[in-house]
Amino acid sequence: MADPFLELINVSKTYPGVVALDDVSLSVSHGEVVGLVGENGAGKSTLMKILGGVIAPTSGVVHVDGVERRSLTVKDAIAAGIAFVHQELNLFDNLDVAANVFIGREPLFAGPLKLIDRKKLRREVQPFLDRLGVDFKPDTLVSDMSIAQRQLLEIAKALSLNSRLVIMDEPTSSLTLSETERLMKVIAGLKSEGISVIFISHRLNELMECADRVVVLRDGRVVGELGRGRIGHDAMIRLMIGRDLKSLYTPPAAPPGDRALEIVDVETSAWPGCTVSLDLRHGEILGLAGLVGSGRTELARAVFGVDRLLGGAIRLNGEPLAISTPREAIDRGIYLIPEDRKRSGLLLDVSIAANISLPDLASYSRARLVATRSEADNAEKQKRKLGIRAPSVATEVASLSGGNQQKVVLAKWLSMAPRVLIFDEPTRGIDVGAKNEIYEMLRVLADSGVAILMISSDMEEVIGVSDRIAVMHEGRISGFLDRKDFSEHNVLQLAVGNRVN
Amino acid sequence: MFKKDLGLLLLILVVGATVALINERFLLPVNIANTANQVGLFGLFAIGQAFVIITGGIELSSGSMIALLGVLLIDMIVNLDVHWLLAIAIVVGAGLALGAIHGLLVTRMHLQPFVVTLCGLLIYRGVARYYTKDATAGFGFGESFPTLEWLTTARAFGIVPHSVIALFIVTVVMGVVLHRSVFGRYLFAVGKNEEAARYSGINSNRIIVAAYIICGGLTALSAIFFAMYTRSISPASHGNFYELYAIAAAVLGGCSLRGGEGSIVGVVLGTILLQVLQNLVNLLGIPSSLNFAVMGTVILIGVLADQQFSQYRQHRAAAHGRPRAAGASVAEAAE
Repeated sequence: MADPFLELINVSKTYPGVVALDDVSLSVSHGEVVGLVGENGAGKSTLMKILGGVIAPTSGVVHVDGVERRSLTVKDAIAAGIAFVHQELNLFDNLDVAANVFIGREPLFAGPLKLIDRKKLRREVQPFLDRLGVDFKPDTLVSDMSIAQRQLLEIAKALSLNSRLVIMDEPTSSLTLSETERLMKVIAGLKSEGISVIFISHRLNELMECADRVVVLRDGRVVGELGRGRIGHDAMIRLMIGRDLKSLYTPPAAPPGDRALEIVDVETSAWPGCTVSLDLRHGEILGLAGLVGSGRTELARAVFGVDRLLGGAIRLNGEPLAISTPREAIDRGIYLIPEDRKRSGLLLDVSIAANISLPDLASYSRARLVATRSEADNAEKQKRKLGIRAPSVATEVASLSGGNQQKVVLAKWLSMAPRVLIFDEPTRGIDVGAKNEIYEMLRVLADSGVAILMISSDMEEVIGVSDRIAVMHEGRISGFLDRKDFSEHNVLQLAVGNRVN
Repeated sequence: MFKKDLGLLLLILVVGATVALINERFLLPVNIANTANQVGLFGLFAIGQAFVIITGGIELSSGSMIALLGVLLIDMIVNLDVHWLLAIAIVVGAGLALGAIHGLLVTRMHLQPFVVTLCGLLIYRGVARYYTKDATAGFGFGESFPTLEWLTTARAFGIVPHSVIALFIVTVVMGVVLHRSVFGRYLFAVGKNEEAARYSGINSNRIIVAAYIICGGLTALSAIFFAMYTRSISPASHGNFYELYAIAAAVLGGCSLRGGEGSIVGVVLGTILLQVLQNLVNLLGIPSSLNFAVMGTVILIGVLADQQFSQYRQHRAAAHGRPRAAGASVAEAAE
């Protein structure tokens, strides 16, 4: 085979305190389909950002068409013919297909007015749609199109840019089986035209079907490559795991108590038609693992009353609950520490004290007026108890570090009487020291009888902190694991929808 | 927030002193009392406007509502022989109800506040004109309602207009509601970050509706004062553009149109500044046609200066550094 189209040689990317990519080498030949797999946080996104020219590698070189470069800019990437089909599609859904394909490069009528030649625009788009064999027209509105059609539109856009490498980031995660099949055909078509594809997916079956080669990333390193004949489930999973997990586990002081929260056949809007059932006991930490998009956050939101339940029932200590607003959940002692604390957990330019008192302001008020003294006293108490590092409780939370912000969110709920705490990615974006403090807090809370549901995509955290693990896959619980069966292998098998013996 | 109010007060003093130096009539008790009366009238509904703006909304129908409720009041007590106390109660009730309708359209029907209240602006103006057949509604010759007139237009100690006393009372009460009460705290929380407020168990829809109701009630109150002050209302022009005075006062007073920010004292100071500017145009012999232009220019300069100042403060805060926070966000980006 001729020289590879694209080559990364010994590329590393470090952030302060984090090595996102460590000495990665990767090559893609003309017309080759390379599968890329790895757990959440293995470094796939960082690698893609380097290829797209969004970030520059800390060290290493990139070869495009044999030309050596230290890094790419977004312009270079486009000029080299690297195109992305993102998980979150970047389309203007108020415009039609043709306008999206040629956005910023519209054919114009001659003259000073720069009017768009819409006929020509549509005429020029048609061949790209024909090449992909799509069932929509140049004047179809994007807002009327399905997700699968939108993805094909993104690919058409890539073709129109004379792309020679199309990077697809989990393109099939929201496609039906027949749509996926069609995408496979499209990929085969691209390949036959000499266009290379990097295909990122958690669906190992698809990789087996379309990839010439699979590259496995783990903790920012390439840990293995599987050639055409050797691509298989077990081989891929074996490569994806296999690091030593530090032991974080502190066993509970007492065996778990009665059932606290029972989730029975609950259906959420993220995965209509799929139901989830699980029990959570007093004094236990139940880890909820799964790949991003498996429906875990939506489950938490539904239990907390942010989203409406499409079906099923929730019971607390045996009593049925009808929760339709967060207030009703809060009044019963069910609290949520949300995934995106800046958006949903905190008022950023407001003081620590006012953030902590917000859900329970009535307790800090007399005659409907806020007693700032008792509010500050409680905040002071929580600050000491949780070790929130801030000059004072009047400090705005925006100026705190991620770990301290998370402690403020936690302090909101610990000032009240928690029975069930749902943590959604409790340590995302938090440094190691604060992480360990939060893990210790989780155990202390569980030992005091609180039932804890911990959604986490961090394998080390799920395995190191939980007493029991439930794994979700595409809107359903694919299995439960007891402590003796904890292993990265087992969690991952369940997360991609396989069985564990 | 307090600092902002202080800056505004300083601006008022500077403008006032300049006018006083050029034309000493500015400081005559009569002139001050008249200006103060205007401040009272405009301040009442500007405070209501502030409540709506803090939720991130806007109320464009204040002026039309003042006209509609004004003709309603005069018609009731002059032509329909309704007791003035009952008439006042009906007018205030109508204001509260209109506010509630705006709030419900915004929260339940998910309409944009701008659209809802723009429609209100058109509808109430039209209804007011139709109601009086486009004729001026006013008190007939020799008709008088001594108690109501005393309440709304008399001057305490011969000098302090009752509208100012009303504004003072409303300022204190609403200041406590906004800055000390649980409701006020929720109002700011919803305006700053509705999602986080919801996740903290706050019923944000109820808070937003309450803000519009408060605005409607205060607008009705000021409609009564305006009607009694002008004594005759031509429904096509009464209250025209008044909503813009209120919005300008709120913005000058530190309210952000994005919501979540504002202070009652600031809004009152904003109203004072606007009225002093009006007065300035009159006293300095500037053609009154330039009235709006002067006002617009001063607001623009004031808001611009405030923007520059807060940017400067942010730069300084950033320069003092938050290495931990910065490190954390980079780690998030790395995921």
